[in-house]
This record gives sequence, C-alpha cells and structure tokens, in this order.
Amino acid sequence: MSTNELTMLIFAGSLFAGFLGALTGLGGGVVIVPLLTLAFGVDIRYAIGASLVSVIATSSGAAAAYVREGFSNIRVGMFLEIATTLGALGGAYLAVWLATSWIAVIFGVVLGYSAFVSLRPPPEASAAERSGRMATWLRMEGSYPGAAGPVRYHVRNVPLGFGLMYVAGVLSGLLGIGSGAVKVLAMDQAMRLPFKVSTTTSNFMIGVTAAASAGIYLNRGYIDPGLAMPVMLGVLAGSMAGARLLAGAKVRVLRIVFSAVIAVLAVEMIFNGLTRRL
Amino acid sequence: MPKGAHVWTDERSEQTIGILLRSGVILSALVVLAGGILYLVHYGAIAADYRHFHGEPGDLRNVRGIGGDMLRWHSRGLIQFGLLLLIATPVARVAFSVLAFALERDGKYVVITLIVLGLLVYSLAGGGF
Repeated sequence: MSTNELTMLIFAGSLFAGFLGALTGLGGGVVIVPLLTLAFGVDIRYAIGASLVSVIATSSGAAAAYVREGFSNIRVGMFLEIATTLGALGGAYLAVWLATSWIAVIFGVVLGYSAFVSLRPPPEASAAERSGRMATWLRMEGSYPGAAGPVRYHVRNVPLGFGLMYVAGVLSGLLGIGSGAVKVLAMDQAMRLPFKVSTTTSNFMIGVTAAASAGIYLNRGYIDPGLAMPVMLGVLAGSMAGARLLAGAKVRVLRIVFSAVIAVLAVEMIFNGLTRRL
Repeated sequence: MPKGAHVWTDERSEQTIGILLRSGVILSALVVLAGGILYLVHYGAIAADYRHFHGEPGDLRNVRGIGGDMLRWHSRGLIQFGLLLLIATPVARVAFSVLAFALERDGKYVVITLIVLGLLVYSLAGGGF
C-alpha cells in the first residue's frame, strides 16, 4: 500500500475513533493502539508512540473548555501529577524491557477493564464530611458551581489516591493511553471528590502525564512522524467534532456499543499477545 | 483583604492555562499539517512500512536534530517539530503554574509544581543525565 493510501485510511480511522471517544466520554486514545496494530499491522511500539501524541492533543484541547466551567481542582491535580509523571517515566522505561507480546496482553486487560467500568453506572461515593490531615495541609478543599451557588467539598485519603495515581501513570507510560479509568477510580473512590470535579481534573492531568512519557519515547525513536501525523490530526479533529455534538445528544446506546467494541478489541489484543503475533 | 482585580487567584490562572493549552494545540496541529502535506507530496507514492520496527534516525530523536531538519524544510523534521510543540504545551502549562503559585505566595505548591516540571524536563532531555 502506498503512503498516500495508508495515511488516508489511518486518518479516517483516527477521526472515527476520536469522534466516538469524545461522544461516549471513553476517550479516543484507547482504541488507537488496537486499531493500528490489529487493522493496519503497525508495530506496537510505533502505535504506542502515535497514540501518546494523540492523547496529549485531545487532553489539552478539551481542557480549555473544562477550565471555563470551573470544576477542575488545580491543587489536587498538580500534587497528583508528581505521582503520575513518576509513574509515566517508570512505564516508559518498562516498555523497553518488556516483550511486545506482553505489552499487548497487558493492554488487552486494561482495555477490558475500561469497557467494564464504563458500562457500570457511576458509583455514588458519599461526599466526605471533612478533609483528611494531609488534604488540609495541602489546602486541597475546593468548591464547584452548583444550582444554588458554590458547593464546597472535602478531600480524603490523599496517600491512597497518590499510590493509585502512580499506577495510572505507569499504565499510561507503558501503553500510551490516558488511563482515565484508573484516575477517576483514585479521585472518586479513594479521595471522594465529586464526580464532575474528578473527571475534569483527570482530563487536566492526562496531558502532563502523557508528555512525561512522550519525551522518553521520542528520544528512543518510537515516534514516527509519518504515522503520528494522521493519527494526531484525525483524533484531534474527531474529538473536537464529538465534543461539539455532545450537548444534548443521547449517548447511552452508543456508549454500550462502543464499550462492546472495546471489549472485543481487548480479547483480540490478549489473544494476539499470547500467540505472539503482536 | 478585599478581593480586588489585582489579586491573583486559582480561577484566573486556570483561565490563562486554558488559553495557553488551546493555542499550543492549534499551533502544533498547523505545523504537523504543513509538514504532513509536504511529506505526502514527497513520499506519498512510495510504499509505507510500519510493520517492522527500526526506530527513528538520530536526527528525529532530539530537540537539536529536529530543529536542524526543520530549518532545512525536511517534511519529517517539520512534523516532528510540530509534535515537539505539542509535547511542550503541557510542559509550558506546568511552568506557568509555578509562576502563578509564586504570585499567590503559595510556597508549598511552588515546590510541588517545580518537582513536576523537573520530571518533565528530565524526560524531554532524554531521560539520562
């Protein structure tokens, strides 16, 4: 296949992935690696490099809109970024030592987990009554705009959240994804942040986390400009269109379909990893 | 203390960060697009191979090499420069946060943000000092 044809096909696939990812809130980055490896036969290292780049683009592009709404907590985000960037560096180093077939298997497992999480209704974590010692010391409490004025909230279990964020960072650096599922788990369940606050803060952090591993990938020659170009432009354009359409769209059915597709891709990744085809 | 317009707040720095991020993404996308068009004009008809991993040549792996390629209008170098701008966007955001926390006179968070910035610079510099 000529470079022209392949570039157009990859662009179209990335556009579609970014569009569905933004519309369903699952993120387009998560299907880029399976798309490139399974459908186009791209080496998983190049695929991860291109995916990382697209993750930075969508996260930074979306953050501008989120910031305006005033939900994200910049202090919580910045403190936890120490954990995610450390993890991302660790994950990027791990990617050199691990056989590509193992990376494919781990990718499949994480993919399956995100499909499972996205199908469950968001668990109603009870709001924390007061903040933990560490959260108070770090002045993490905040407020978000509610129907009747600003709603104050408290933050708990900072060390546990920090540990989970390290794991999220490792997965992000190893697999080239945003690992939003783990990030939301840490902030919702462990630290008891309100749902809106945790999702927007997580989106805010994803770009920084991905940048930490992208530097290592670039220096190691994993980021191919010819491949990353259609992926980045496609996912970015697709997710911007998806986000614009999101207001008022009924996405429940779409979410279920997309999650099912992700689950199938997860099984394919695990199978291809175990049979050493990836 | 009255909350005047001159007081630097979290909200105000978040607004600025939003603008910073959006401009970085738009700028890098335009550079990648320009490089991409040039790339397809030059290499579009040749067969592409991403099946086998070779690793990128040395000049596409670091800031200095990419800068040199870009100045010579090499298409792949130009795309790589756009990607570098994209990677630098969150780094610039963190650097700005250092300043914003300093203006808020929040020493604790200046230190926290400097740690994050240090890790990012370490990664971009090649991860091996």
